[in-house]
Amino acid sequence: MNPRTLTRAAASLAALVLVAGAAHAQSLTGAGATFPYPLYSKWFDAYHEKKGVAINYQAIGSGAGIQQVKAGTVDFGASDAALSDAQLKDMPRRVLHVPTVAGAVVLAYNLPGFDGTVHLTPELVAGIYMGRITTWNDKRIAAANPGVALPAAPILAVHRSDGSGTTNIFTSYLAAVSGEWKDLVGAGTSVSWPSGVGGKGNDGVAGVVKQTPGAVGYVELAYAKQNQLPIALVRNRAGKYVEPSLASTSAAVDGAAAMLAKDVRTPIVNSPAPEAWPISGLTFLLVYQDIKDPTRARTLADFLDWAIHDGQEYAEALEYAKLPATVVKVNEGTLRLLTSGGRKLAAARE
Amino acid sequence: MSSGVVTPWSASARPIARRGRVRSDDVYRALLQLLGAVVLGIALLIVVECARGAQPAVRAFGWGFLVGTDWDPVAERFGALPYVWGTLVTSAIAMLLAVPIGVGAAAYLAELAPRMVGEVVSFVIELLASIPSIVYGVWGMFALAPWLRSILEPWLISHLGFLPLFQGFPFGLGILNAGIVLAIMVVPTVTSISREILRSMPRTLNEAALALGATRSEALAVTLDAARPGILGAVVLALGRALGETMAVTMVIGNSNRISASLLAPGATMASVIANEFTEATGKLYLSALIEIALVLFVLTLIVNALARLLVIWAVGGRRDVAGAA
Repeated sequence: MNPRTLTRAAASLAALVLVAGAAHAQSLTGAGATFPYPLYSKWFDAYHEKKGVAINYQAIGSGAGIQQVKAGTVDFGASDAALSDAQLKDMPRRVLHVPTVAGAVVLAYNLPGFDGTVHLTPELVAGIYMGRITTWNDKRIAAANPGVALPAAPILAVHRSDGSGTTNIFTSYLAAVSGEWKDLVGAGTSVSWPSGVGGKGNDGVAGVVKQTPGAVGYVELAYAKQNQLPIALVRNRAGKYVEPSLASTSAAVDGAAAMLAKDVRTPIVNSPAPEAWPISGLTFLLVYQDIKDPTRARTLADFLDWAIHDGQEYAEALEYAKLPATVVKVNEGTLRLLTSGGRKLAAARE
Repeated sequence: MSSGVVTPWSASARPIARRGRVRSDDVYRALLQLLGAVVLGIALLIVVECARGAQPAVRAFGWGFLVGTDWDPVAERFGALPYVWGTLVTSAIAMLLAVPIGVGAAAYLAELAPRMVGEVVSFVIELLASIPSIVYGVWGMFALAPWLRSILEPWLISHLGFLPLFQGFPFGLGILNAGIVLAIMVVPTVTSISREILRSMPRTLNEAALALGATRSEALAVTLDAARPGILGAVVLALGRALGETMAVTMVIGNSNRISASLLAPGATMASVIANEFTEATGKLYLSALIEIALVLFVLTLIVNALARLLVIWAVGGRRDVAGAA
């Protein structure tokens, strides 16, 4: 190859890159939550294939994701816990929450020699984690499990030792059903646990539960299913003992839709819907309402729109609960608020 | 360098030679000084950065941070005492178990073991040192915990349960488990360094003792006494590892922020709480409290090392007295 051909080749290559760059607006970066990462990673692959937009996502944890959004180093953040009013105020500009999917948290237990399914009321769950109910044959547990004899084993309440969205959902639930929990412990990604032991990650909690007769611990639904752990049924707000599943999780989101329409950050735990699994929560993408660069704003808006519509189809295969139509509508309203340099973006979807 | 005889030719030749040598020496010295300064600089930067990151927590809690027993991210009240306590207690258990085993093994390897046996045992010890800490954690969780739960802890509770140290439920995970895992992790450090120290002791010491009619164990005691500063150094290195070990401890300690007198209860160390909570620490004060824990751990390690240095100096002084009297 002589130098001239080489120059010409380079020039045409450069032109090609430029044209491609102008046609498909570039790439996006995001960072944050690890809980939805398997789904997000699937989304970004699929979206890259369909629209040619490369999305680079770092699953560094919700807290770090929020920091990155605040520093303006990413196009979007991801968090399992909605930002508090104080955190929102701390942001340099207005931040919007876009819930993407819902997850369920379940109670797995280890009771050797017990073949039935443990039934728990909200009061019992709170009592166990408060350290007030310490043996399985406690008469308060027996009252919720008529006709079965639970062993006299001591209860070991296992929690997540690492900060996590799972803990946020679980403690939000306890705070919603128990005034005592709300006053003494509260809800968050890490709390000051009044009793029990902590395991790191879903696998850490499941490991302790599997190892310790008498242990009960909370893990993500998908994790409990994959590891075939026995799961307790928990009585929901409507008074029914509901089996945790993707359907009952979506039902919980649907039951909370009216509250979400007012403020999408409202925890959806203890949902009033009759078929709802009560310990459920949403995971969010965090974006600035106004994005200076119009192409970037457009690309991000298009992706978010895809995620809350077409993207939902990927959720169930990966054990996440889809957003019900009511909440997709709430999201559509949120996306209409997006602006670039103060100017509204043209509607993405007609 | 020898100086003295000045010959006519050397007077003229020397300055040139020296100039050349001085220049390369200067470069060499500057380079080494720079490398030395880099090490100091890194340590200093860590302290400065930690101190800066910890500012909000320092301002909010002051010295109360060190003695506060609350660690409540929801209410944003932070006190480090449960973690300081957990770190010190687990390390103490580890040293209590590891030092006799480690030094004993080293004495055996250096003085008594037949060559083949010595080589096999040394190989196994080096193998122990190279196992990643997460493997120790998994072992602690899946092998040690069931044994503690079903055998050792019930025995401790029924025989020594009158002591507050051994009260509670036998769950297998907790301070005791973490202490034992740490002990196993630091035994190789104690053993291999002590063995080298003992081997470097002059044979004459041993032989002199034997010649004076000492038994073999008395002769060993003489050698061990002479090797005391080096062995203390080994113990300090091991203690450093025990204080800072993170992954394995996090897996077996039970991660609870309550201070309990019982060794069977769950606890947490400074390193484990940072590993657990750093990624999802959302609030500014929360993050800063975790960074302050890192700072406290750094200072604690510094104090332990300084104390150990003093101990070694004291031990060397003691040995000089012995040497002087002998």
